[in-house]
Amino acid sequence: MIKVQNLTKSFGPKLAVNGVSFTVERGEVLGFLGPNGAGKSTTMRMITGFIPPSSGSVSVGGHDIVESAIPAKQLIGYLPENAPSYNDMTVHGFLTFTAEIRGLQGMELKKAVHRVVEMCFLEGVLHQSIETLSKGFRHRTCFAQSIIHNPEVLILDEPTDGLDPNQKHEVRTLIRRMGETKAIIFSTHILEEVESVCSRAIIIDRGQVVANGTPSELKMRSELAGAITFKVQGVSAQILKEKASNVQGVRKVLIVKDDPIGSIVRIYPNSKSAAEVLAGALGNMALQEKWGVEELHIEEGRLDEVFRTITLPETVQEGRK
Amino acid sequence: MNSFSVIKTITKRELSGYFASPVAYVFIVIFLLLAGFFTFMAGGFFERNEASLLSFFLWHPWLYLFLVPSVGMRLWSEERRSGTMELLLTMPITPWQAIVGKFVASWMFLALALALTFPVWITVSYLGSPDHGVVLTSYLGSLLLAGAYLAISCMTSAMTRNQVVSFILSVVMSLFLILAGWPPVTRLLDQISDNPRLVETVAAFSVMTHFEGFQKGTIDLRDIVFFAAIIGFSLFTTSIIIRSHRAG
Repeated sequence: MIKVQNLTKSFGPKLAVNGVSFTVERGEVLGFLGPNGAGKSTTMRMITGFIPPSSGSVSVGGHDIVESAIPAKQLIGYLPENAPSYNDMTVHGFLTFTAEIRGLQGMELKKAVHRVVEMCFLEGVLHQSIETLSKGFRHRTCFAQSIIHNPEVLILDEPTDGLDPNQKHEVRTLIRRMGETKAIIFSTHILEEVESVCSRAIIIDRGQVVANGTPSELKMRSELAGAITFKVQGVSAQILKEKASNVQGVRKVLIVKDDPIGSIVRIYPNSKSAAEVLAGALGNMALQEKWGVEELHIEEGRLDEVFRTITLPETVQEGRK
Repeated sequence: MNSFSVIKTITKRELSGYFASPVAYVFIVIFLLLAGFFTFMAGGFFERNEASLLSFFLWHPWLYLFLVPSVGMRLWSEERRSGTMELLLTMPITPWQAIVGKFVASWMFLALALALTFPVWITVSYLGSPDHGVVLTSYLGSLLLAGAYLAISCMTSAMTRNQVVSFILSVVMSLFLILAGWPPVTRLLDQISDNPRLVETVAAFSVMTHFEGFQKGTIDLRDIVFFAAIIGFSLFTTSIIIRSHRAG
């Protein structure tokens, strides 16, 4: 549905987006991650046709966003960063306006407005002027606008920004549900969101794609991924470490906690794929030693760790300049 | 959706935006008060002792100088400041439709304010028998004049997200269009230059020169083309400014 090829944008001498390519198919929810100023919003603005790319191309549903802008834009629903809306209008007036400009009329329009009002819980403020609303309501009003024409493609720039935890949960559920039939790109700073909503994630840093994969694939890139956390009762951590180090396939063992009630060690295998075999071997060892095992599991890895290791060095360098 | 209904939708939204806030009512009241003041106090309506609206229309270029930019200054700068421009221009519409829609809305608003001056016409008709044809062409000229100023405001408003800057720029540009044909200035030009063509050329750029004909009851195609050209040129420049902002 969305095909981004070699997208580049420079503002004067500054290269904001540099050769970004990816595709999103129907039924996919693509999470867009990256530090502030990495080029996430600029990329989204180019995909939605707000700013033209310096080079490269975007096609939405087969329509080039520059060459045939109108048919491409018809397919897109867009929630810009900070969720702008016309403050002098009421929620109902604003939604009716966006529906009209999308070409909806009569009953169809009324139904569309009713549908998004229900989906975004806006009944209570329908006839209130937007400037009198709290941030959460304003955000949802703009979100409602983006789905009013039931678009095939949704581009959401930080859709959960400024919402309370309940609202965040609602929006995530909504995105996940809509992701079954649409192609969705959304950017976020919240990593749990990526794990709970996305079918795929892209990490972008200093204008370039630095990682692209499913959340579990990305997590596998974490140092922690594949490590085995082992908690045993009544054995000192030191002994645990010595014994575990002798098991075949162990690269290193770190002590997490030394406590007679339950010592914890983390065991890193030689290779991440050998984690399961190693976990089995550790289990057998515990049986032979008659240890009271409280916990034995393979770590999935952590997205925040991956995010940091991929993006941090460059951010630090940037700061030093 | 066809171009016309897109423009209509944008115009409707923009117009309702005016009336959703007190700005519209304040503007209309001030406009009517000032128009009345200039006509009856400064313009010497009664002293003229003639059944014409000359003293009413005479002041319009000056009245519009400040009032029209106050209507037009928010057109695009507000969209840029609040970020709604991103919303508007990612809708399935062309920038041109948005520009025209917004311009037409503010022009209609000004037309409404102008139409509300009808009591002056009634007063004159009651007191004597004015040439209604002249009054009509004067109204037409006044409307075109307002449109020209408005298009300039539209352009300056696209240049900045600051409404005050937009207002000042627009006043300065409009003032130039007045002064180029204002008698004190043309006289001065006459004195310093012996080339009569110079005065003529400069005066040809003035709204005063082109508004004059309408006040006398003549509709000259050249005058209409002049105002239409200012509107067309300013709106075209607006579209270029908007495009260049997006291009970064």
